[in-house]
Amino acid sequence: MLDAAASSMRGDASPVTDGVRRIGAYFALGVLFGIVLTKSEVISWFRIQEMFRFQAFHMYGVIGSAVVTAAVSLQIIKRLRLRSLSGEAIDIPPKVLGRGTRYWLGGLLFGFGWALVGACPGPLFALIGSGASVIVVVLVSAIAGTTAYGALRGRLPH
Amino acid sequence: MTASHILLIVRQPWPWYIAGPAIGLFVPGLLLVGNKLFGVSSNLRHLCAATIPTKNEFFRYDWRSAGGWNLAFAAGILVGGAIAGHLLAAPGPIHLSPAAHQSIAALGIHDFSGLIPRELFNWHALLSWRGVVMMIGGGFLIGFGTAYAGGCTSGHAISGLADFQLSSLVAVVGFFAGGLIVTWLVLPRMFNA
Repeated sequence: MLDAAASSMRGDASPVTDGVRRIGAYFALGVLFGIVLTKSEVISWFRIQEMFRFQAFHMYGVIGSAVVTAAVSLQIIKRLRLRSLSGEAIDIPPKVLGRGTRYWLGGLLFGFGWALVGACPGPLFALIGSGASVIVVVLVSAIAGTTAYGALRGRLPH
Repeated sequence: MTASHILLIVRQPWPWYIAGPAIGLFVPGLLLVGNKLFGVSSNLRHLCAATIPTKNEFFRYDWRSAGGWNLAFAAGILVGGAIAGHLLAAPGPIHLSPAAHQSIAALGIHDFSGLIPRELFNWHALLSWRGVVMMIGGGFLIGFGTAYAGGCTSGHAISGLADFQLSSLVAVVGFFAGGLIVTWLVLPRMFNA
């Protein structure tokens, strides 16, 4: 019922144009996200240093208010049992903590990289777009790092 | 207010109380558009799966259907960075706190004209050991660490914490501990400061 309503709202039946339209929506959201990341300077190595040195509130304000906004939004979505535009029930798969080794150890290794590069994965893409062409090397190296994890995964504690 | 006034305001760096809530809204935004969980680092895995031929089961999945939306999102981030970095770029150097400016200058970095220090991040710097450690080593750790931890700043620090996931809290403590170790113990030695 809701599926039918959603697809009639979109006004098309072809799965191909539907797919293209959906990909276009994610692309457009990405453009907005890239603009916010860049204009708020969270893609800046300088700002990341300032954060890790506790020398300004800016980054804490950005991350903190982002978490609060997202948390309130999630509560609204859950309490009202909202569905997505595509008609699916919204569910967030919980992560299993287990022994937690992968979270603290993987987190620590990522933290080393975050402070060295001064950027996390989202900002890497924004930096390349903003004209820092050498960051392509960082991105390729990050892909190599993910590949290495995939190869070693069976032998690492999780 | 004319269009050029608005452009002047938009070109200024955006304060945290505008940027933070805007970033937070991408979590419900992506859920409402297509039941997708906000998190950028999965794209590194999708890019592996798409480009590197391997028999490893970690990369053998239908990356188009699992990650097509997220790769489109990442491509959008790149274009957004281009728009903000060129058309909406703030005039003048970055306005850090005086304390941060002083600490970073003490490392021997004096060019504050860009969003990132041009002295450290340029193609020529890849010929120096420091450039290799920062860009190639740092990039590798980002890719390895986010895959191991199953998320980065967006997936764990924003989506995960907002959903009160304990594992994300553990990961974020790890992120921060790693960043502090590099900032306070490693960088000063790398720069002989």
